[in-house]
Amino acid sequence: MAETMLLVAGRTSKQGTSLSAGKLKEEYLGVTSTVEMNADDMTRMGLKDGDAVRLRTSVGETVVQCKGRKATDLPAGMLFIAYGPPSSQLMGSDTAGSGMPLSKNFTVQVERAA
Amino acid sequence: MPDTLRIVNGRVYDPANGIDGEVRDICISDGRIVASLPQDAPRLDVNGMAILPGGVDIHCHIAGAKVNLARKLQPEDHRRDPHPSTAVTRSGTGGIVPSTFATGYRYAALGYTTAMEAAVPPLAARHVLEELHDTPVIDKGFYVLLANNVFLHRLLREGRREEFRNAVAWWINAAKAYAVKLVNPGADELWKGQRNTNISSIDQTGTGIDLTPRQIIRSFIDVVEELGLPHPVHIHCNNLGHSGNWQTTLETMRTAGESRLHMAHIQFHSYGGEPGKNPTSKGPEIAEYINTHPNITTDVGQVMFGKATAMTADAPLGYMLRNISHNKWINADVECESGCGIVPFTYQEKVYVHALQWAIGLELFLLSKDPWRIMLSTDHPNGGSFLKYPRLIRLLMDRDFRNEEIQKVNPRAIKKTVLLDNLDRQYTLNEIAIITRAAPARALGLKHKGHLGAGADADITIYEENADKERMFNAPRYVIKDGRMIIADYEFRTDHEGRLLHVAPAYDAAIEQKLHPFFDDYYSIEFANYPVADSYLHHHEIVPPVKAAV
Amino acid sequence: MAENIRTVEHATCTFCGCVCDDMNLTVDLDKHCITKAENACVLGKAWFAEHTIENRPAATIDGREVGVDEAVEEAARILVNARFPIIYGLSDTTCEAQREALAIGDLIHGTIDTTTSVCHGPSGIAFQGVGESTMTLGEVKNRADLVIFWGGNPGEAHPRLFSRYAVTTKGMYIPNGKKDRYIVSVDVRRTQSTPVANLFIQVKPGADFELLWALRALVRGRRLDPSVEERTGVKLDTMKQLVERMKTCRYGVLFFGMGLTMTRGRHFNSGALLALATDLNEFTHFVAKPVRGHGNVTGADNVVSWTTGYPFGVNLSRGYPRFNPGEFTTVDTLSRGDADAALIIASDPAANFPKAAIEHLHRIPVIALDPKATETGKLARVAFCTATYGINVGGTVYRMDDVPITLRPAFESPYPSDQEVLTAIKNRVRELLNKKAKPKEARKAA
Repeated sequence: MAETMLLVAGRTSKQGTSLSAGKLKEEYLGVTSTVEMNADDMTRMGLKDGDAVRLRTSVGETVVQCKGRKATDLPAGMLFIAYGPPSSQLMGSDTAGSGMPLSKNFTVQVERAA
Repeated sequence: MPDTLRIVNGRVYDPANGIDGEVRDICISDGRIVASLPQDAPRLDVNGMAILPGGVDIHCHIAGAKVNLARKLQPEDHRRDPHPSTAVTRSGTGGIVPSTFATGYRYAALGYTTAMEAAVPPLAARHVLEELHDTPVIDKGFYVLLANNVFLHRLLREGRREEFRNAVAWWINAAKAYAVKLVNPGADELWKGQRNTNISSIDQTGTGIDLTPRQIIRSFIDVVEELGLPHPVHIHCNNLGHSGNWQTTLETMRTAGESRLHMAHIQFHSYGGEPGKNPTSKGPEIAEYINTHPNITTDVGQVMFGKATAMTADAPLGYMLRNISHNKWINADVECESGCGIVPFTYQEKVYVHALQWAIGLELFLLSKDPWRIMLSTDHPNGGSFLKYPRLIRLLMDRDFRNEEIQKVNPRAIKKTVLLDNLDRQYTLNEIAIITRAAPARALGLKHKGHLGAGADADITIYEENADKERMFNAPRYVIKDGRMIIADYEFRTDHEGRLLHVAPAYDAAIEQKLHPFFDDYYSIEFANYPVADSYLHHHEIVPPVKAAV
Repeated sequence: MAENIRTVEHATCTFCGCVCDDMNLTVDLDKHCITKAENACVLGKAWFAEHTIENRPAATIDGREVGVDEAVEEAARILVNARFPIIYGLSDTTCEAQREALAIGDLIHGTIDTTTSVCHGPSGIAFQGVGESTMTLGEVKNRADLVIFWGGNPGEAHPRLFSRYAVTTKGMYIPNGKKDRYIVSVDVRRTQSTPVANLFIQVKPGADFELLWALRALVRGRRLDPSVEERTGVKLDTMKQLVERMKTCRYGVLFFGMGLTMTRGRHFNSGALLALATDLNEFTHFVAKPVRGHGNVTGADNVVSWTTGYPFGVNLSRGYPRFNPGEFTTVDTLSRGDADAALIIASDPAANFPKAAIEHLHRIPVIALDPKATETGKLARVAFCTATYGINVGGTVYRMDDVPITLRPAFESPYPSDQEVLTAIKNRVRELLNKKAKPKEARKAA
């Protein structure tokens, strides 16, 4: 059963260092293919670190690995992902006349990837 | 375009060489004016036209960090005034703060070939140099802001005069500046460090730096004189824009004694009345002081009705204007060196204060006896755009036009001035050539500019004579820069990269040992990365020091 | 072991907008690499270590290795024949290269946009609306006794912002560093930056504008409806305490990140924050600063502004600059399908743009300049491998606070610089346009 959650995309230092190595390299692709999730949410959904989850928006979908964070660090219902090709798949292109697509705080459907 | 040209049949206005409207040949070779050319040299017949040296703007704000902030701030203003590219020139946008390319072309199209950016913190020197590089046609330079420099204050406070002189010279070199600019001396610490307060007197103590403005001003006047810089201290006094500030202005001039001093945009400093209340005019009193003190030069900073933008290193002034206009506002603090305030502003005929400011500017022009010491400026874009110069020239040359314009403005303001008291002076074309060319070049110490004698830069403007002086000065028929025909028959014929003018006073390099630790402690960039490299200079010319007056 | 070692002092790291210029680099000239970057943060260390000379072709056309001249020719041909060419990227290259890109835009009547449009573009729009009270970073170091970080994670994205400029560093009136400052962090989640804060305020996602507006109201002494607590997730008492601190500090700073610009509200969020900083100047000295990402994105803003009057999203199709975010910004020109050619400099939209925009990049001829292999380079018709700015190439970059700094390159690259490639393209474009124009003139004459 897919749950609705809020996805925040942002930078991390690992993304930054692997970016310098090369954006087509494994490390960068790995960093940008990991989504952080509230640990309690993961337990409820029967997920553990490293499990594959499918994120879906009206625009597209992507499959990434999940990683648990304490509830004090990441509130329930919130996801964090480092920018990269997987997060691009989920982003709408409407900029509401600003030039900026919504890149943080957008709702996604989350489910275990088969 | 040939390297040589003989311009024939034009009336020449070259006040520096005592030529007032005589028909003479002007000969050009290799970018310079020469005494003669072979008879078979190419000719340009300018019968019925007036030949003047290229205009020299001694005080404007056209490039650098604050200008770019003001540019970015006003898209609505650019949209009204696009500047299309041509086969030979770049595109841009105009309005009150034009893009760099548009600035260069528009100055040229006005017959100006030199302009001086009047306020640059040294930390932003690279920025102004990059923008000036992208400002085509005209020659240009900039004045470096030093009056609120924390390290220099420290030396002054400790009485280290020798080191002070060396540090001033070091800073001029580090920035590649042309002159020293003082803005609201001593006020930055109050603004940044004491809850946005300001200085109100030239002898104020408790400024947080243990120096009065007068001490700072006098020290800079002495040092600039000792260094023999071609242009004296260029000062924006304390209390700009405040009612009753004329006393500060007089005291500032008195501080100079008999030393040279350039008073920037003096109109903004000629107000009577009580602080916080409506101003009155002290134009006549200020003009009288200038008339009787040949060491003082000034530019007027005329207010022209319509759109302007206040942009100034006098940050408290910017905030005061913001609280008057309630417009969008920029404040930009520059560590250890300066501040900055920017507010879009519109001067309106019917508003008492604006009409008074306009009238005081005209009083100053009309009451000044020596055109060699009062120069035309609007403090662009503070009092209005440089594109308003032709209209200002008409106000000065055409009494009937002026009197018509006076009728349109707030009558209460006019009554506070002497404009209608038989002030019927009309500037001659020769006098206009002085206040827009010869005088600023002389005040700047630019020996090759502002005149048409042999050896001068071949920067020449040729106007069709017209009874309507605004129309005449709005569009020269020919503009020649460094001997190249830039504009012919009102159209751009070629692009051109002007020169960067700067000075390089000598100093004892030992001062760097004193500067270095200060930078390590209080600056956010490395001392080694602070001085600007020669690579930023594009075409440039180092103007040599003059013999010190003492 | 290589003997050919050189050191470069006072070098500049261009990875992020901090543009730290105190790097001491050790360079192995034989191996063409930087072996040590003293003073660099974790991001800077990777930046210097990873930019070596890779064995990549200097230029390719459709993946086929070609000479640089041939690639320049093809690039110029594409740009001259396009009806709606766009130029994008520019934030990771020198101002000197950016100026050449602007000159090309003028010639081809193209559309110029930079990565600003997907970074602090909304802050640029807000700036146009309300202005900004701001400062150079040295003022923060010397004076700031209250520093607020809002919607950003400098601890990971700008690691030395804290130590070099804003938190622990000592300054003229802040002799004890962090002890003399009060640090506040406002974010939707705890991050690596949170521990530095004396006060952490967790705002509900998407409620930044409401919280900022509530603070503005409190600064002006207005009463607030208690429902604001539910809306923002922040207690009224917390807001009041923060407002009291803001009004009574000597020198207050608001740093803000893309937590404001990339989320619901976009430029309204940035505008609310800038307005809050402005309001506070009635009580004390207060400034704000968007924390900028790429090394020279601030330079790109400056160059595009001084050339066109507008900071990004500029269209030159009518022979003069027009500005309209949402119309001439790159996500829009691509995802609407307007652009029919793209010149992309030092940026990788194919990896981080919305899906619809990336799909269009696959449909049109793309010219890409980048020191590294990227998704954009992979799909490009013409791809140039260029030398890395700050490592192989000198020039100018602007720090996030508009302070310009000159680069000190460490070692030479066999690849041309962005500036060199762009100058060559510009010159060839001019020649092709002249050729194109000539037949028309001939017809006119006839």
